[in-house]
Amino acid sequence: MDFEKLRHGTELIKRGFARMQKGGVIMDVTTPEQARIAEEAGAVAVMALQAVPADIRKEGGVARMADPEIVQQIIDTVTIPVMAKARIGHFVEAEILEALGVDMVDESEVLTPADPFYHIDKTQFTVPFVCGARNLGEALRRINEGAAMIRTKGEAGTGDVSQAVKHMKQIQGEIRALAGKTKEELIMVARDIEAPIELVVETSKMQRLPVVNFAAGGVATPADAALMMRLGADGVFVGSGIFKAENPEKMAKAIVEAVNNYDNPAKLAEISKGVGAGMKGICADMIPVEEALQERGW
Amino acid sequence: MINFWKMVFLMKIGVIAIQGAVSEHVDALRRALEKRGIDAEVVEIKHKGIVPKCSGIVIPGGESTTLCRLLAREGIAEEIKEAAAKGVPTLGTCAGLIVLAKEGDQQVEKTGQELLGIMDTRVNRNAFGRQRDSFEAKLEVAIFDSPFTGVFIRAPGIVSCGPGVKVLSRLGDMIIAAEQGNVLALAFHPELTDDLRIHQYFLDKILNC
Repeated sequence: MDFEKLRHGTELIKRGFARMQKGGVIMDVTTPEQARIAEEAGAVAVMALQAVPADIRKEGGVARMADPEIVQQIIDTVTIPVMAKARIGHFVEAEILEALGVDMVDESEVLTPADPFYHIDKTQFTVPFVCGARNLGEALRRINEGAAMIRTKGEAGTGDVSQAVKHMKQIQGEIRALAGKTKEELIMVARDIEAPIELVVETSKMQRLPVVNFAAGGVATPADAALMMRLGADGVFVGSGIFKAENPEKMAKAIVEAVNNYDNPAKLAEISKGVGAGMKGICADMIPVEEALQERGW
Repeated sequence: MINFWKMVFLMKIGVIAIQGAVSEHVDALRRALEKRGIDAEVVEIKHKGIVPKCSGIVIPGGESTTLCRLLAREGIAEEIKEAAAKGVPTLGTCAGLIVLAKEGDQQVEKTGQELLGIMDTRVNRNAFGRQRDSFEAKLEVAIFDSPFTGVFIRAPGIVSCGPGVKVLSRLGDMIIAAEQGNVLALAFHPELTDDLRIHQYFLDKILNC
């Protein structure tokens, strides 16, 4: 076999990786010990970062890519894929993460943006990217830049699921509204939402985003995770919700089981019993617009 | 020869739907059935009690660590073992290839994954590296007369196998497709391509059994 003939980093390979995560829970971790707990609980992947969003929010300052040393340790600790966050537009942080062997880069609004105008050109990378979105236009712009996976932005670090719900319903409502539109009407939509016409047409035909769409930003309990799955999420990211909970092990396991049983209320009731208190959190409406993480990204 | 009774009572083919590329396998099976003009039901299996009603079982790709844990937790693992022992055709792709194996490498042991031990194989969990090493390649597969596009995503490989296992394809020193009786294991993802030959081959196994 000629190994020269292997094709790496194709659209199919990148989007295919995202598809393998479907129906799973991806958990934020800041240490190898947390990564082990996440893997043990049944997470499909872990997201390595310096501090969970709730702490980033509390501490303020500039939030950057995690220390490569920690990322490396996490990679060496678990067998499941390791993702890590790079700042919006910071293609060098993304290159560093790729060089470390990270399996997917999250170009994330949770970190302080490095470019006030542009996102990373993700087509230039072998490693796939996930990006946040609040509406269809934002999602399709990110996909056009090469994102292999979309997640709702929600409002990270709040433990308040309302913004994730809002963004998921917004995107799905916009997709439903594309059904039955003529070509010229779709062209008008593409202009309105500032998205490429080809992707608008593809989305209209498929009646879903052309890539996997996860829920993120404020998921804090098994019921929250099940709610997002009921609303049509392909899977769930849980940030502060696990390691800010009273009992992270129990919470992590319960959220994994809730995603697998999201359409079975009796089972969800069992799963939700005795998991301990969820993260305290903060009501997303109480956050001033200039402090809202979801406003980052363009 | 197609079994008459299977045509009378609507046949069920189950796709393990714990996590991963579930809808892709369901779609591929439905298209393969349609092409053959066969009426059968393709069902998603999330819980105990469905596997024993199925004439064929697919274990899709996803994260094997997660799959193994949840298969055991939901009580599906035992059911798959029993079905395979009875000769029910079973297809495992990527993570599915790991789940079916008898033995794993250090990576598998590290997480204490419970493999089903249905195939007499020893596997390497990430034989082809991390995501940046994932690739597409044209493969020679013994059961087909033209190449098959293999999509390898953090793919595993079979390092060695017992005498009852027939090797269908190799890449370098790894076995990437193999069958043992009615059990078929692939390191790649036929469900991510439009090529239905694997699913049709699997369907033939179900119909002939």
